[in-house]
Amino acid sequence: MYLLRILFRNAWRHRLRTLLTILGITIALLSFGLLRTVVGAWYAGVNASSAGRLITRNAVSLIFSMPISYAERIRRVEGVKGVSYANWFGGIYITEKNFFPNFAIEPRGYLELYPEFVVSPEQKRAFLGDRKGCLAGRKLAERFGWKIGDSITLKGTIYPGNWEFVLRGIYEGVDKATDESQFFFHWDYLNETLKKTVPRRADQTGVFIVALQHPQQAAETSLAVDALFKNSLAETLTETEKAFQLSFVSMTEAIVVAIRIVSYVVIVIILAVVANTMAMTARERIGEYAIFKAMGFRSGHIAAMVFGESLFITLSGCVIGIALTFPVATAFGNSMEAFFPVFQVDSATMYLDVVFSVLIGMIAAIFPTWRAIRIKIADGLRRIG
Amino acid sequence: MDAEQPKTIAVSIRNVYKSYRRGLQPVSVLEGITFDIERGEFLALMGPSGSGKSTLLNLIAGIDTVDSGSISVEGVDIATLTESDLARWRSANVGFIFQFYNLIPVLTAFENVELPLLLTSLSRRSRKEHVETALSVVGLADRMEHYPSQLSGGQQQRVAIARAIVTDPTILVADEPTGDLDRVSAKEILDLIGRLNAEFGKTIIMVTHDPRAAERAHLIRQLDKGELNHVSS
Repeated sequence: MYLLRILFRNAWRHRLRTLLTILGITIALLSFGLLRTVVGAWYAGVNASSAGRLITRNAVSLIFSMPISYAERIRRVEGVKGVSYANWFGGIYITEKNFFPNFAIEPRGYLELYPEFVVSPEQKRAFLGDRKGCLAGRKLAERFGWKIGDSITLKGTIYPGNWEFVLRGIYEGVDKATDESQFFFHWDYLNETLKKTVPRRADQTGVFIVALQHPQQAAETSLAVDALFKNSLAETLTETEKAFQLSFVSMTEAIVVAIRIVSYVVIVIILAVVANTMAMTARERIGEYAIFKAMGFRSGHIAAMVFGESLFITLSGCVIGIALTFPVATAFGNSMEAFFPVFQVDSATMYLDVVFSVLIGMIAAIFPTWRAIRIKIADGLRRIG
Repeated sequence: MDAEQPKTIAVSIRNVYKSYRRGLQPVSVLEGITFDIERGEFLALMGPSGSGKSTLLNLIAGIDTVDSGSISVEGVDIATLTESDLARWRSANVGFIFQFYNLIPVLTAFENVELPLLLTSLSRRSRKEHVETALSVVGLADRMEHYPSQLSGGQQQRVAIARAIVTDPTILVADEPTGDLDRVSAKEILDLIGRLNAEFGKTIIMVTHDPRAAERAHLIRQLDKGELNHVSS
């Protein structure tokens, strides 16, 4: 208790210096937490993907489509439990700034394959029964103030024209990791329109979603699906949903790596700041440490004082940093909702904040402690006066 | 024939040598010092700057080590103790009074005096009693909750003296205890140190430049160029 009292009071001897150091640690950990959360948001799709689903796409590129007839052939492959399909629509709501992902889907199978999208039975029924009906995520509906029954018009980019929809359902995520900012409508509506306007683009889809009977058979089933369409006009590439999502992230991997590096650089910078503070502190108090030693206090006591003070400063910054991370991340996530639909500060970030705070506190105290312990009492006393 | 009463030796210094290095050159500070300090003695060490008196005081107090020779305090040869044992020995046997008081600024007078007792096994209540007694002895019972910055120089030195005596040490070492005080405060401190010697029988070894301070001692030893060359009482 006595030691705690001394180190607490020592920490506040230079209030401005201590406060600025704590502020520095707070900002560093806040930045670290936000940057890690950004990286986490980047991987949100990967993390939310299911091991029980495969994605089949055109082997050449995702921008090339595949005949819808593939669905039935895939369904007959051994180990396949169900098949659905979806098409990236790329529609714009009023202006390009209002970006959100929108897909034409085969609704019945799709909603069965994605149980993480939770829709009430009435809304689901209404959506399935209305060919021009659409389903929006809760966050998306809140973002634009949509209510059930509202008419929504998307301007097509890949499929030109104005596309009219009626909001029939609002889904919620089964957990916080589920993206609630997506927009789904009937693939049939798209296909029928295309049959009239651009017939050569009809009866095509971008991806097939394949549900597996046994997730551990993903590799064999993928090979079996791709073998079906070998040497056809549209050869396929089947991979796990996770691998499919990772292929998107890998396109921007350099940015993710850069963000990661910056987040750790911030920690190294604050380590230097705290080490400097502790070095100054120990230098100023070297005479006092000599007095403690003269009175019979041993190296362990001196080390406990320096380490304790350093840890007090870093953990104070840590507590404030963690407390601020949540509201700041929420505000950041809300303002960047279009880009990061899932922006969650995970518990690992909190643990890392604490671990780094302890590490910074310990490392910053090593050299000052070493100096304080090694100083000869007579030399230390000579510095007073 | 009157048999002279045998006196008990508190500190025995035998053939002590000490030198420091200045760059590559060794500088001899003490050269073969030998003398005894009796229990209950009030000794003043005097001499010009650089004569080695503070070095000798540090050696006696166990905060520096001899190059050769021996120093025994109450029969314990402190030159043979390890650093850890020496720290333990100091906490039990030596009370320090410094020129610049050397109180811990973030602790109150009470807490400063209590510091050496934290190394003992005394209970909190016993520590409180000891501290209150020590502060009463130095006349600062009403200043217990004051921080050093709220006390005058003389009062700070009295707190330092209370801290030095609170563990009831074998010897008190004082290095220029009045060097930073005005004449009135210096007299008060010397009176107090004299009282500790006369009333409480403390063995006191005091380094001073001040002849008025030295006059209070029973014995004055003059050091010059690392050698004892004059004794007066």
